[in-house]
Amino acid sequence: MEALEKQIEEMKQRLDRLEKKAPSEKISMIVFSGDLDKALAAFVIANGSVAMGLEVVMFFTFWGIPLLRDKKKSVGGKDLMSNMFGSMLPKGVDQAKLSKMNMGGMGTKMIKSIMKKKNVASLDQMLEMAGELGVRIYVCEMSMDLMGLTHEEMIQYPNMTYCGVAKFLEEAIDSRIQLFI
Amino acid sequence: MSETIKADKVFDLKGLPCPMPVVKVSKGIKEVSVGQIIEAVTSDPGALSDFPAWAKTSGNQILKSEQVGKETHFFIKRVN
Repeated sequence: MEALEKQIEEMKQRLDRLEKKAPSEKISMIVFSGDLDKALAAFVIANGSVAMGLEVVMFFTFWGIPLLRDKKKSVGGKDLMSNMFGSMLPKGVDQAKLSKMNMGGMGTKMIKSIMKKKNVASLDQMLEMAGELGVRIYVCEMSMDLMGLTHEEMIQYPNMTYCGVAKFLEEAIDSRIQLFI
Repeated sequence: MSETIKADKVFDLKGLPCPMPVVKVSKGIKEVSVGQIIEAVTSDPGALSDFPAWAKTSGNQILKSEQVGKETHFFIKRVN
């Protein structure tokens, strides 16, 4: 009898451990690209995921980070390199370009007007919707530093945190879905 | 089977492309109580597979879908 109780106790503990390891209904995305088309895909998946009952986490790194810059904000006092990067990188989702068929900006203009005509939400609207739906955004601090970007020039987003790779891994490890875009 | 289902709330989603139909329906279903029915009208062909996928995942029930011209009317019961 005592042995049986002990066995049950052990099984309980093992079950607890397993439950802790099980992935939650969550999706983690790395948004590496700053291209309009890829960002659009990322946000469609993000907002769709909320509808499907998933918790959504987006990690913006490298070329994806300029998507979160605020076009109305400018930050002074940067060094030469940071200034160069700052002026060459797009400022916000409105300045993102197509990854293919950009044709000096013509293609991007065309796809934007087609999107409008077909009622497809713009990146700007998608980003706003994501904020309302509770999509969490994390931004890679190291990439920001590399490109000389500062927190002051980023958009106001309800749930935005600066972090490193460990934060992403912590979220990804218990997500059912992980994507790199 | 031509029995008519009476919806407690109707959502007009005509002209809205992906991902809006599922986003709106997932929000909309919370506006009625468990056991009540919503009617979603969509013109998005993608929604024909998206709505069943959403219903299955969220645990709600599609009672009927009806094609009327280019629109499809989905009757969805809130289960949880």
